Amino acid sequence: MAIRTEIIVCGGTGCMSSNSQDIKNEFEKQLKALKLDKEVNVIMSGCFGLCEKGPVVVVYPDTIFYAHMTVGDVEEICREHILKGRVVERKAYKEATEDDVMKIKKFREINFYAKQKRMALRNCGMINPFDIKEAIGHDGYKALGKVLTEMTPQEVIDVISKSGLRGRGGAGFPTGLKWSLAAKNDVKQKYMICNADEGDPGAFMDRAVLEGDPHSVIEAMAIAGYAIGASQGYVYVRAEYPLAVERLNFAIKQAYEYGLLGKHIFGTKFSFDLEARLGAGAFVCGEETALMASIEGERGMPRNKPPFPANCGLWQKPTIINNVETLANVPQIILNGAEWFASIGTEKSKGTKVFALGGKINNTGLLEIPMGTTLREVIYEIGGGIPKGKQFKAVQTGGPSGGCLTAKHLDTPIDYDNLTALGSMMGSGGMIVMDEDNCMVDVARFFLEFTVDESCGKCTPCREGTRRMLEILEKITKGKGEMEDLEELRDLANTIKDSALCGLGQTAPNPVLSTLNNFYDEYVAHVKDKVCPAGVCKALIKYYITDACKGCGLCKRNCPAQAISGELKQQHHIDTTKCIKCGACKASCKFGAIITK
Amino acid sequence: MKSLAELEKIRNEEKKKMNLRDIKHGYQIVVGMGTCGINAGARDVLMAIVDEVDKKDLRDVTVTISGCIGECEYEPVVKVIDTKGKEFIYGKVTAETGKKIVDEHVMNNKVVQDMLLEKYKG
Repeated sequence: MAIRTEIIVCGGTGCMSSNSQDIKNEFEKQLKALKLDKEVNVIMSGCFGLCEKGPVVVVYPDTIFYAHMTVGDVEEICREHILKGRVVERKAYKEATEDDVMKIKKFREINFYAKQKRMALRNCGMINPFDIKEAIGHDGYKALGKVLTEMTPQEVIDVISKSGLRGRGGAGFPTGLKWSLAAKNDVKQKYMICNADEGDPGAFMDRAVLEGDPHSVIEAMAIAGYAIGASQGYVYVRAEYPLAVERLNFAIKQAYEYGLLGKHIFGTKFSFDLEARLGAGAFVCGEETALMASIEGERGMPRNKPPFPANCGLWQKPTIINNVETLANVPQIILNGAEWFASIGTEKSKGTKVFALGGKINNTGLLEIPMGTTLREVIYEIGGGIPKGKQFKAVQTGGPSGGCLTAKHLDTPIDYDNLTALGSMMGSGGMIVMDEDNCMVDVARFFLEFTVDESCGKCTPCREGTRRMLEILEKITKGKGEMEDLEELRDLANTIKDSALCGLGQTAPNPVLSTLNNFYDEYVAHVKDKVCPAGVCKALIKYYITDACKGCGLCKRNCPAQAISGELKQQHHIDTTKCIKCGACKASCKFGAIITK
Repeated sequence: MKSLAELEKIRNEEKKKMNLRDIKHGYQIVVGMGTCGINAGARDVLMAIVDEVDKKDLRDVTVTISGCIGECEYEPVVKVIDTKGKEFIYGKVTAETGKKIVDEHVMNNKVVQDMLLEKYKG
């Protein structure tokens, strides 16, 4: 019997943590009960990207997108939609039309996807990552076959160079050039490494690719191995990504079974072995020399460059390290040609970039856009804007190494060079949106706290310098800052930038410098006026109850310090001497009557 | 994997299997699956049409189901939407005539005149 419907349940980490496995099992159970299991397939895929609406289920061929699914909704969808063709409206994804009526939007028509161009993510949410045949059905390993049977290693490198592909891990080094450096070395043993040590807070691009389409990375590793002359590859992935590790290892095993890894691939002379190496989650191990030290079994610490890994890398052999997303683009460049890839994007940044969008944004999730898309398009059209009608304040790109951009930068086309020119960076693709309730001094403090924690301690500027900077920032957020501190902060930042050993240290001051540049007034307010304009820094704020108070008494009951007094149905009052500024009252108030200033 | 031909074979088989997930531009066939339709045998009609589309390898054709469209007397009802968006509604379809609709209308753009709803209604 032919299959007439396929139900795809999202199996990304986000949806899995909201029980999508149970939802899939329930679909199978209910379909069996309705005797539909022979004509309807249930598949679990990788991440769909619109994580905000998860757990996500898409029904083909109607392409109905069910959002916020629960196990309890499955029976109704099977009985109504799958059996009788009646879409379950209350669960189907809707968007407002021009006349403000909520209407069901089919999967491919959803605004979130309309401006995207999914290349690295093309199979995420489309195929079952545990089935190599589905990957092959989506042209998986076709590029590897082409490379091995029709192209010389040099031709492969030429195509990648011509395409303009640059490293997606953050620095944006031209991939073809990198490969050619290793290819030039005439030694027998070389290594190919995939860097999947994604450590930026809030970033999950690489995880999504490994979870949703591991074969694209495996295929690209073999292609790169062929191009540079390496017969051994490693995927360095953090153990904190159990799902990605499981699917990657399974995919590697399947690729061996199908003869797509191992000896004499496609009957040619080329052999390539691949294994996953797990990292313990240190941020610094995303830096390539530290990563190699970790694979060698040493403590993960960076070393000086040169020598560059392309000449002297893993176990002193020439080694190429590419990011997951970079690699995921490679097979498509081989299949569609360098010109095709170079036609997408801006003059110096070709192709697309995946971003993990988070923070104060309606559509939290994973998206992929052509380079040159503006920040405004990403935040307002794809991201759906800021929740609760709040004002946009800043967007942080590049994680702890990046910086904050403001409203005046919103129309900047996103590419490597533009973001660097504005004092931020592309980074690996974390994008955190902030609204009027975020204090920029506190944001700088947060990122610096992260780098202080993650500094490996090898070089003094990073180990000592970032800690001194953090101390100054803490002083400022406590209301004890002086104007000289701001100058000191800038001095320290510039010194660390110039003198730290590795990329982590050199970029660590970026969050501070960019907020100093773009939000200097906010620093001054903390230092001179001793106020936190956004009402975040505890030491500088006080809680007040306004006359919007209805006297319901909820805040009074929730206050752990008995600092609130007042009669029922009358305006309450906070005793600021008793108040511990925990915010429990503000969170509990249904009338927005509690404010900070 | 010893050869490209072997890979190509798997790819073609899988492409066909995953065809439901592709973007399609061809004819749409909608089988009415309200309680009225199911009672009149719409499930057999649906499966016959799905099998025929599969057998003839019509990868650009979409077969979906819908609720009752209010023509209960003429169930099972099958709607065909051509590539220009024009709709044709067939009534009292059986498994056999369902296949005929696929073969004649969907494949060869020949409307099966005597099964159109308006014919029954006179």
